[in-house]
Amino acid sequence: MLTFTLRRLMFAIPTLLFISLLIFLLVDLAPGSPMSQIPLTVPPDVRLKIMEAMGVNEPVFVRYFLWLKQFFVVEPLVLWDHWFGTSYSDGMQRIVSWQSRSPVMDIIVERMPQTLTVIGTSYVLGVMIALPIGIYSAYRQYSWFDQIGTFIAMIGFSVPTFFTGLVLILVFAVNLQWFPSIYDTSLRVTDWDSFLAQARQMAMPVMVLALFNAAQISRYMRSSMLENLGADYVRTARAKGLSERIVVLKHVVRNSMIPVVTVIALGIPSIFGGAIITEQVFRVNGLGALLIGAIQGSDLPTVQTLTFIFAVLIVLFNLIADILYGMLDPRIRYD
Amino acid sequence: MTDTAPLAKPRSQWADVWVQFKTHKGALVGLFVFVSLVLFVSVGPLIWAKDPTFINPDGATMIRTRNKPPSLEWPLGTDQLGRDMLARMMKGGQVSIAVGLTAMVISITLGTFVGVIAGYFKRLDNVLMRVTDLFLALPLLPLLLVMAMLFRDPLSKAFGTEGGTFLLIVVAIGLTSWMQAARVVRGEVLALKEREFVLAARSIGTPSRRMILRHILPNVMSPIMVAATLGIANAIITESALSFLGLGFPPDFPTWGRLLFDGAEYIQQFPERVIWPGVAISLTVLSVNYIGDGLRDALDPRIRGR
Repeated sequence: MLTFTLRRLMFAIPTLLFISLLIFLLVDLAPGSPMSQIPLTVPPDVRLKIMEAMGVNEPVFVRYFLWLKQFFVVEPLVLWDHWFGTSYSDGMQRIVSWQSRSPVMDIIVERMPQTLTVIGTSYVLGVMIALPIGIYSAYRQYSWFDQIGTFIAMIGFSVPTFFTGLVLILVFAVNLQWFPSIYDTSLRVTDWDSFLAQARQMAMPVMVLALFNAAQISRYMRSSMLENLGADYVRTARAKGLSERIVVLKHVVRNSMIPVVTVIALGIPSIFGGAIITEQVFRVNGLGALLIGAIQGSDLPTVQTLTFIFAVLIVLFNLIADILYGMLDPRIRYD
Repeated sequence: MTDTAPLAKPRSQWADVWVQFKTHKGALVGLFVFVSLVLFVSVGPLIWAKDPTFINPDGATMIRTRNKPPSLEWPLGTDQLGRDMLARMMKGGQVSIAVGLTAMVISITLGTFVGVIAGYFKRLDNVLMRVTDLFLALPLLPLLLVMAMLFRDPLSKAFGTEGGTFLLIVVAIGLTSWMQAARVVRGEVLALKEREFVLAARSIGTPSRRMILRHILPNVMSPIMVAATLGIANAIITESALSFLGLGFPPDFPTWGRLLFDGAEYIQQFPERVIWPGVAISLTVLSVNYIGDGLRDALDPRIRGR
């Protein structure tokens, strides 16, 4: 198991390096890059100074390695200093946003809680809805419950989240006026009333994302259950007289969970991507909104760093899914 | 020992597939809806020949024809500049479906190429699959947004606003969605390579090129077709998401995603402006997904004929 984990880890590092290079070069060398947009009327010496102030007068590889150093050495050191009150990172250049001139990581840390509360709640809720539905619709295959579940799941991943979001706004915010359509980030949960307000403003984005996630996961759960329900060990369990409850909930569900757990882990980074849209619909001031704002403002350091963080999340959760699969299913470990 | 019973007329594979496809009700409905939508956007403008970008040059008339409710003259009403919504829906659908089909063709061609090469040539397998894994680890939506930001202006200058954006979106979606097809095709090719007919073909000295084109490719058509239908759905959603985030087609150029984006500002006063394009996108994707579902069942010989 250790060698299996190590091997996966060894593969993750070059992947990440390569992705970071790809992102850096794509953003840096593109013809529409903001660096090529300094007007030609600007005198050459001023242009040189502008470039120098933005730190873009060095050759591209120097800047790439500088960025790597900032991302992998300086920022962790800053975090270390922040936690333990040391001062290793003094005088080191951090990744600075061109828009706000403050370190990108500070902005990300500011924006993280909103994204995490909305996405985390919706994902947990989605999984909690999806698993029972998947189990029951596989157990009663082709029943009316299964048919309806299949149809709703089909709708859930066919209807884009920005449309479900707008329909929810139309129904619950415009017509019924139950929930606010705009997410208030400055709300602090201190007492019962503010908690209710927080729950109300989270209701719609969470519903949209939960429906989308539940649709996919319930499908995986159902097909995984169906595969196991026909297996020989189920017949054995029934033949030795176990109650139907134990057969399904203990034997079948546990074995069916193996692929589903990895699917759940693999889905986490992609919902960060999906949340970009949902955040835009409900005006949640999170990481997705930060990315969109940075893209529209041509803020390259923020775009590069944020995109790379998304990539890190994907690679990390791929790794976690692989290791989980290896732990849950010994047949997978080929060491 | 002569068999005198007349042989039944041999059925072609695709006739079999069609027979099986017909038993899947959802897929049939999906096919009907999708064909209707395609007819709506392709034949519709010939019947309803209003210009979707027409803004009345006479200011007073333009203001009077703004934000009209549905009537005989404007079956879906008009927008905030007095443009006919029905004509805009048709034009927008043309673009959305064209983007979906073109991006699908690019992604399937690329995916099939990578998959077949990786499956057929053992030397290239490892490298190509590592590249595929790498692409799967990319954060796709952020990258698409970044690509849309960086390449939109240069491409618009080179190919005109509409052509440039179309090219950019189609290529960007195609380049970021070929990985699933490549994986499925590779697996299928690996299995095919062990079959007797491939050995037979090899033993009479068939060169690799003909082997792939004549023997391998026709036999991997079914997973490719399923991947293709799912690719259309994915491309349409991605395009409308980009347009919805304001990084897709330019404002005066309607697509369903763009219409949704424009309608979202007026959602309180004119909710139907959000509903129509949203329903159109959802129906298209839903019908394509059902077609894919039916095709998967119909093309699976283990299910077919039962």
